[in-house]
Amino acid sequence: MSETLLDVRNLKKYFKTSRGLLHAVDDISFSLDRNKTLGLVGESGCGKTTTGRAVLRLIEPTSGEILFEGKDICKLSANEMRKQRKDMQIIFQDPFSSLDPKKTINQIISEPISENKIIRDKRKREDRVLELMETVGLAERLINTYPHELDGGRRQRIGIARALAMEPKLIVCDEPVSALDVSIQAQILNLLKELQEKMGLTYIFITHDLSVVNHFSDEIMIMYLGQIVEKAPTEELFTNPIHPYTKALLSAIPIPSLSEKRQRISLKGEITSPINLPDECRFAPRCYECVDHCRSGIPPLVEVNPGHFVACFEHV
Amino acid sequence: MTNQEANEIILNIRNLKVRYETQDGIVKAVNGVDLTLRKKRTLGLVGETGAGKTTTALAIMRLVPNPPGVVECDKLEIGGQDILSLPEHKLEHVRGNDVSMIFQDPMTALNPVFTVGDQIAESLEIHEHLSVKDAKERAGDMLELVGIPRERANEYPHQFSGGMKQRVVIAIALACNPQLLLADEPTTALDVTIQAQVLELMNELKEKYDTSMIMITHDLGCVAEVCDEVAVMYAGRIVEEGTLEDVFNRTMHPYTEGLFNSLPNIKDRKAKLKPIKGLMPDPTNLPVGCSFAPRCNYATDACLIAQPQLRSISQTHRIACTAYDNPEFHIERRIL
Amino acid sequence: METNQTNRSQQRATKLYKKRSTLEDIWRQLRRNKGAIIGLILIIVIILVALLSPLLLDYDKDVIGQNIKQRLKPPSSAHWFGTDELGRDILSRVIYGARYSLAVGVVAVFVALAFGITLGAAAGYIGGKFENVVMRICDIFSSIPSVLMAIAVVSALGKSTFNLMLAVGIASTAPFIRVARAAVLVIHDEEYVEAARAIGMPDWKIIWVHILPNCLSQIIVQATLRVGSAIIAAAQLSFLGLGVPAPAPEWGSMLSAGRQYIRDYSYMTLFPGLAIMLTVLSLNMLGDGIRDALDPKLKR
Repeated sequence: MSETLLDVRNLKKYFKTSRGLLHAVDDISFSLDRNKTLGLVGESGCGKTTTGRAVLRLIEPTSGEILFEGKDICKLSANEMRKQRKDMQIIFQDPFSSLDPKKTINQIISEPISENKIIRDKRKREDRVLELMETVGLAERLINTYPHELDGGRRQRIGIARALAMEPKLIVCDEPVSALDVSIQAQILNLLKELQEKMGLTYIFITHDLSVVNHFSDEIMIMYLGQIVEKAPTEELFTNPIHPYTKALLSAIPIPSLSEKRQRISLKGEITSPINLPDECRFAPRCYECVDHCRSGIPPLVEVNPGHFVACFEHV
Repeated sequence: MTNQEANEIILNIRNLKVRYETQDGIVKAVNGVDLTLRKKRTLGLVGETGAGKTTTALAIMRLVPNPPGVVECDKLEIGGQDILSLPEHKLEHVRGNDVSMIFQDPMTALNPVFTVGDQIAESLEIHEHLSVKDAKERAGDMLELVGIPRERANEYPHQFSGGMKQRVVIAIALACNPQLLLADEPTTALDVTIQAQVLELMNELKEKYDTSMIMITHDLGCVAEVCDEVAVMYAGRIVEEGTLEDVFNRTMHPYTEGLFNSLPNIKDRKAKLKPIKGLMPDPTNLPVGCSFAPRCNYATDACLIAQPQLRSISQTHRIACTAYDNPEFHIERRIL
Repeated sequence: METNQTNRSQQRATKLYKKRSTLEDIWRQLRRNKGAIIGLILIIVIILVALLSPLLLDYDKDVIGQNIKQRLKPPSSAHWFGTDELGRDILSRVIYGARYSLAVGVVAVFVALAFGITLGAAAGYIGGKFENVVMRICDIFSSIPSVLMAIAVVSALGKSTFNLMLAVGIASTAPFIRVARAAVLVIHDEEYVEAARAIGMPDWKIIWVHILPNCLSQIIVQATLRVGSAIIAAAQLSFLGLGVPAPAPEWGSMLSAGRQYIRDYSYMTLFPGLAIMLTVLSLNMLGDGIRDALDPKLKR
């Protein structure tokens, strides 16, 4: 069943700042099939988090269409949008600030259920909370504890249980494991994967860690300064990266093995300011393969192989 | 040990113990750590949150806050000098001059109201007794060394990006040419491409300055990039130590194996992750036997009874695991 | 599954796994702060005195009953604090006065809380023009001395105990608006607020369920400290003759009445003055203690 769940078209999000317009997300389009995982990769400031929030309309997009099951959610009224939220949830990066410190685990997980009047009976609601806790691997005895008593991994499980409570179709995972220790990271990744198989979930997986998306996603989208620079199925992207930024990113991953020594592509400088951008390839100032016509305009996203899109003048 | 060899040892710690006496109980952060580091070598101190890595580094700097921290140690020598018995004013001379530390978060390690040049010059004025003018000059040199144009010495930290700030922090740490550099997760707060730049820089500088370094990290990838030796810590103890090859290619301790298995394999994306089950033990209430036994797949009854001692496997490789009492025992991990 | 079910009913029956609340945490911190404990004990004593005074004293006879023969007696074993110009026992009046002063202080702070939190929280959450208008009004309020402001309100509404409370309350609203807005601004960006929006919770409910409980601690501290200043403000108004009407024994009006006799009969002003000082001091010590107890940075 390969049916499109989410179709994002020409999504833009600009912020007004005192120094000019900040292009957080600048005209991106992508679509996502049911039961698949799209990895959204980039460095801080590339707009991946803003994209994640805008897709859920937690941030109001400046322009663009977000078709969820064929329906443009940008056109929904506040009330309709609230109902729509049942189907689309988010898991946050920081397991500390994403849980209200004044609420017990029970209150946190049952909130979406009671808020959307899914289960009205209090006892049944508690049963459902226990069921969800079991699903995400939290011991029942924790039901009345407060978040600050638990470690990061368990807190992240609470966040996942909260997101699952309404049986959503789409979950945006915003760096769900980057605040966790390696051994806990693997536990959470395995859990997310199991849940996907069991419940037919669709994920947008936002991360800066390429080795994690490699393991986790079906398709990867690399972003740089608010734009997509390369998008391809995971295998393809790792075996045949085309965009110079993707290549540099791949070569920068420190690999925990001695048998492998790679040629590292060192990027000069750092990400440029996303305010008042010139009309040229966004990556040009740092690019090691930059030629004159890279500065002549913004390169379009072109399909080079089936499903493999690249935005680069030099390589298309 | 001959005299020659002893001279080469930069850091020598014997039986370091640190505990924090808090209201909720005694947190045993470090429980008997021995470390030896030779000149020009880089040791990777690996472990998860709460393993006692940072506390170990703070103890080396004699910066463990007291109260609540209590440090006990049989021996703590830096460059042959006994640090344990030094009074506070002498310690100030040691810090910065002989040892310096790079902290995890470059955002908070710099003082926002002074220019970066002044902050580098400050330690030179204190430790090397340079004049203000000379110190400024040297500060400029240091900036160039870490890849920042010297004209930027007059700028304030907020005008620098995260990666640039970390370079400044490195410049400050190296300004007085210390014998030993403690780097506490120096690249964790940085983006991958910037991390690559910083790691490369640290490798270069290490060569140039003959500095010994302890790099504290949870990232085995970074360890593979910069370290010569590795010590894996768990619950305040070293469970496996050896050369990079020993630990990466001849892994013996089940915990080290667990760490490797938790990492996604970039070569084989379909491989299922094998996380270590359970959680870190509560440091106020450590188990009697091996701290890792409750999470260990190979644990036997013997593991629960007594704390395993470090045993030598080869000249360089040592592990603390009771299971190896059985000569047949081996872990599953095969080298990739 | 079977065992699971029984497990669950057991849990419900026993209400297992109850835990230490934040209140207990605060108490543990507070207990180690001597100043705060002294303040707390004093305040409890003062409140008890205020509550029990009708049982100890006969209002008509002891508090407002005049006895010209006994007028202006210095402190003695019969009248520990002496008597005033109308022969009333000052000790009785000071004890009974606690009812008025505390009531004025507490009610005034509640008035200020109600206005302040509503406006401050709304300003912080909504932002934009609304926030600007509220905060500028708040600036104007704070630039007028609060006594002057209260005088204006009392003059406009007329002289009564309730109006006094209202006046003092309105005059001390500005700090609460500030505290509430600042707290809301900080919490507004927390991810759990975003999570609440993601599950479709309406804004007013987010403020009520997630934001207010989390800034309550700062508001409680502010409130404790403000009760003291409200008592002083009320005393000032009474001193000026705009407060609790005679013959009610409000501490401020007792000071005011004793003013004429201050040269020869200083004890008339001394004791009500001491009562005000002691109450405000203990409230401030308690407030500081609570603030420290709530500050996670000071947690050990």
